[in-house]
Amino acid sequence: MRQTCLNMVYDLAKRDKRVLFIGSDLSPGLLGDMKKEMPERWYMEGITEANVIGMAAGFAMEGYIPYVNTIATFITRRCYEQVAVDLCLHELPVRLIGNGGGLVYAPLGPTHLAIEDIAIMRALPNMTVTAVCDAKEMMRLMNATLEWPNPIYIRLAKGGDPVVSRDENGFAIGKAIPMRRARSRRSIVLMATGVMTTNCLAAADLLAKDGHDVSVVHFHTVKPLDEVAVLEFARDAELVATVEEGTMIGGFGSAVTDVLVEKLGASLPALVRIGLPDAFPHKYGLQEELFEVYGLAPAQIAARVSKSLKVKDKVA
Amino acid sequence: MAAQAAPALNLATPPLDERSKHLRRLAVRTLHGGERGHVGSSMSLIEIMRVLYDDVLRYRANEPKWPGRDRMILSKGHGCIAQYVMLAEKGFIPYETLDTFCRRDSILGGHPEAAKIPGVEASTGALGHGLSYGVGMALAARIEKRDTRVIVVMGDGEINEGSVWEAALCAGKHKLNNLTAVIDYNKIQSAGPTCEIQDLEPLLDKWRAFNFAAVDVDGHDVEALREVFNRLPLAADRPSAIICHTVKGKGIAFAENDANWHHKSKIANDVATKLYAALE
Repeated sequence: MRQTCLNMVYDLAKRDKRVLFIGSDLSPGLLGDMKKEMPERWYMEGITEANVIGMAAGFAMEGYIPYVNTIATFITRRCYEQVAVDLCLHELPVRLIGNGGGLVYAPLGPTHLAIEDIAIMRALPNMTVTAVCDAKEMMRLMNATLEWPNPIYIRLAKGGDPVVSRDENGFAIGKAIPMRRARSRRSIVLMATGVMTTNCLAAADLLAKDGHDVSVVHFHTVKPLDEVAVLEFARDAELVATVEEGTMIGGFGSAVTDVLVEKLGASLPALVRIGLPDAFPHKYGLQEELFEVYGLAPAQIAARVSKSLKVKDKVA
Repeated sequence: MAAQAAPALNLATPPLDERSKHLRRLAVRTLHGGERGHVGSSMSLIEIMRVLYDDVLRYRANEPKWPGRDRMILSKGHGCIAQYVMLAEKGFIPYETLDTFCRRDSILGGHPEAAKIPGVEASTGALGHGLSYGVGMALAARIEKRDTRVIVVMGDGEINEGSVWEAALCAGKHKLNNLTAVIDYNKIQSAGPTCEIQDLEPLLDKWRAFNFAAVDVDGHDVEALREVFNRLPLAADRPSAIICHTVKGKGIAFAENDANWHHKSKIANDVATKLYAALE
């Protein structure tokens, strides 16, 4: 996904002279062909995130569309005021490509785990927040970024992620994609963002084996959230579960919950939020292993939903 | 260890001429309009803004986004009154707008906003952002082979921010001879003397160490400012830094060099009268 994303920056730059790339301190030779072909639009500025964001803003004030890339925690936490003031306040078309969203950098520990990136980016006025589920969808997103007027946070997954998105579903920033449709409206609805959509599709298969009727809705854009899709699927649902690879405070599940509470009020469906707790992760290993630690593996998602259904029925 | 004092430039500042006093009276008018504002931080900037707008910058007041303009970013946004005054002088905004300073529906806030005020390049106020904007703008001008000059005006307290030095590294690396950092070195930040709060010395050497061509100048000597600004770029192969030695609150004798006049609220008629009287 990362390589696809960066290749797309080069591709966009070939198509549009406004596009340029700014990295911090990334791999040697990164986008080497772009550097060779258009050195005036390829920058590697060292570990100076605050400056890199401001510099991108300066370019954007002059009509350019900078794509900025570094590790997700550093492009969000480290330079938050620059993102807020330089990009969001000025409503500039700068794209922030965050490597290793969520638990990707599991072996590197809590300084490198982007657990609240979606939450803090989402809180900023004028910011668009995206987390696609695979490399193919990344291509569609990148094509859509060229004419999007506002700053965009692009959360990258690990890479080599299974491709579950489909061309025929189309793509528009801010428009959710139903990946699996239940037979009836009175069903279980799994709503997810990023690669959690892939895990939800697998969880849905498991739930279906137990006789459950399940929809999976993929939100590659967390902000602006597709409220129409949220309401369409949630209104008559038996249970809605939000699943995210990030903190549950202010993240994707919070965004969905806000819509449900505001729009459905007393007729809320049963709701389960699955995500990371309010704590820094202190284990290492692989991303998949941390999924298991936090209940984000497909079988765990399915089990949690099943259990919630039983509790709901008992209460009823 | 005692704080290191800033080296004294051999300052024989000429007395303020009528234009400098006129501009300060407009600044007082603005402060009075809002009944508040950064007094000291604006008064130290007056001659810098005056010379930039009178003698240095290329701009069109009736076409603020004219592509051929020079870019001047007031990174120390809290000094905005000094810029507002010049925007009124040059016809970007009516003089009457100065009276609305900080009022609810005014375009003139306590920090400048680019989307509201014609002639303001960037919204500033949070410190340490402007030099990076300038780096991006200067690189854009280089790509397009424009002769745009980019001038970023910063405060001395502002350059405590690490982001300023990140931007300085970057500007030096790219040898941006179309970029100039201007420091309003009035030597007093909000909490007190810069030499006590966060000493900047040796400041000239710092900018030189970051690969800038750097000079000192008396920031209230109009002729000296004209001379140095008209020499830009100071070197062909690097960005320029102009360290303007100024006096906080310059021109208002009772406010000069007094950190308590960094910002004042409650500037009602009686205070405004005293401020005007000080400029007689």
